[in-house]
Amino acid sequence: MSRTDLILALYIVSFSLFIYGLMGLTGPRTAVRGNRIAAVGMAVAIIASLLIPGMGNWGLIILGVAIGTAIGVPAARTVKMTQIPQMVALFNGVGGGAVALIAWVEFRSTGGYADEPTYVAIFSLFGAIVGSVSFWGSNIAFAKLQEILPGRPITVGPGRTQQLLNLVLLLIAVGCAVAIVAGAHSEALILLLLLAAGVLGNFLVLPIGGADMPVVISLLNAFTGLSAAATGIALNNTALIVAGMIVGASGTILTNLMATAMNRSIPSIVAGGFGGVITQGGVGDDGVERTVRSTSASDAAVQMAYASRVVIVPGYGMAVAQAQHAVREMTKLLEAKGIEVSFAIHPVAGRMPGHMNVLLAEADVPYEQLNEMEEANSQFARTDVSLVIGANDVTNPDARAKADSPIYGMPILNVDESASVIVLKRSMSSGFAGIDNPLFYDAKTAMLFGDAKASVGEITEELKAL
Amino acid sequence: MLLQNLAILVLAGFVGFAVISKVPNTLHTPLMSGTNAIHGIVILGGIIVLGLGVDGFLNKLLLVIAIVFGTINVVGGFLVTDRMLEMFKQKPTPPADTPEELEA
Repeated sequence: MSRTDLILALYIVSFSLFIYGLMGLTGPRTAVRGNRIAAVGMAVAIIASLLIPGMGNWGLIILGVAIGTAIGVPAARTVKMTQIPQMVALFNGVGGGAVALIAWVEFRSTGGYADEPTYVAIFSLFGAIVGSVSFWGSNIAFAKLQEILPGRPITVGPGRTQQLLNLVLLLIAVGCAVAIVAGAHSEALILLLLLAAGVLGNFLVLPIGGADMPVVISLLNAFTGLSAAATGIALNNTALIVAGMIVGASGTILTNLMATAMNRSIPSIVAGGFGGVITQGGVGDDGVERTVRSTSASDAAVQMAYASRVVIVPGYGMAVAQAQHAVREMTKLLEAKGIEVSFAIHPVAGRMPGHMNVLLAEADVPYEQLNEMEEANSQFARTDVSLVIGANDVTNPDARAKADSPIYGMPILNVDESASVIVLKRSMSSGFAGIDNPLFYDAKTAMLFGDAKASVGEITEELKAL
Repeated sequence: MLLQNLAILVLAGFVGFAVISKVPNTLHTPLMSGTNAIHGIVILGGIIVLGLGVDGFLNKLLLVIAIVFGTINVVGGFLVTDRMLEMFKQKPTPPADTPEELEA
């Protein structure tokens, strides 16, 4: 077996491990093993690549890997579970950045693909555009989730100016690519291409409101996968093609699942501005006029202590306040009093699908207590108290009733069907999507203002005293 | 060569669809994080292009940055996924912690 055959064989082993690992990741029992199997696959692929005849520049390769490890390991080890979404956005971004940089060097070292087949130039430049969009887009997603930038949609100019501008940027990037493929060798072209795609990446994500962020991160994840696959074709590397394409395909499916859960189409999300239109027709123009009933921790505790069934609806507010352990403490007390407690998890609660499940699992909440939307909705009618912890848009009855609401048609948790509702919230400000929630003004709703963790802690103390 | 690679590309796409189609909501975040780590495979691109030799300081610098990026993507991605998934595993909790015990 020649060296090249050995490398190819190792690549086959490697992407078999990726596929087998991913299969494991789709089930709760096999997931940990699946992830580790995929990691072994990655190690095999890297070792195989180092065996390629004629490899050199070892010092620089080791330097790059060492720096990357020194940054990546502590970041992954120390990140708080609540900050996982922005971490995933960041890791995704650097992947896209790597693709764009490789394409740039390819251009430089081949004199603008002078002696390369046309398809190499096409796929390499595709990678450059998509990778650059993914890099800058992911950075904006990170900045928004980390609250470096405001979470609300940011747009340039009135009306459709933004979309027009995006289209122009895309045309510039594609135009540069076409010119290069047609035989232009000026480096200014690829720089302009990377710049236009980078600005486009910024502009694509800036107008997107926090509520759509999970979908966007997933979409960018698929983008990076596709750009990696394109790099694989340009470099004639099977491992890159297979791994990149699997991510591209799975990312697309995941994006679609999430968009469906929100009753939004991917094009309308990318076109931007979810929550940019704040519809205020109907009840009260400024919201201040309508009455909100606020309650105290001790009242909330009493209310729950005499319930027979309590459903907890967690949202992003629970994540921000790191309240999951406090919530677990409280549920244990309630259960000790013989109260049936369950959690209602909306598919897009938080900033990532499954975000709530991850946090509650961290706090040792048993898997059986977590109900998905359909199951939860069949139970609200016979629930005494629904405790909404920092969730907003996913409980908004406007999604069912008000046809002109931006979230009309999105499946929600029908919290308002339960006998009474307690909402833990920091203040009366509207949610991330910037939409008012009539649930808060409902006669059976009581608001408990304050930090979710502190509020839950107070309720727990009151429950102990009862 | 191109057609062969396109065939691989298309088949890999179908594998991606087939593997992912049935995933409980609970695992969506870890799955996104896991696939995110896998596209760190771009590190191979950086290693191969640099390893097979490029001239000029800027080219080398850009590729070292690409390898740094790829490594962060791979190492960080797999570690974060692992941390997330560890929490889903059934931990040997003390008996008083289980709901059955509380009900009894």
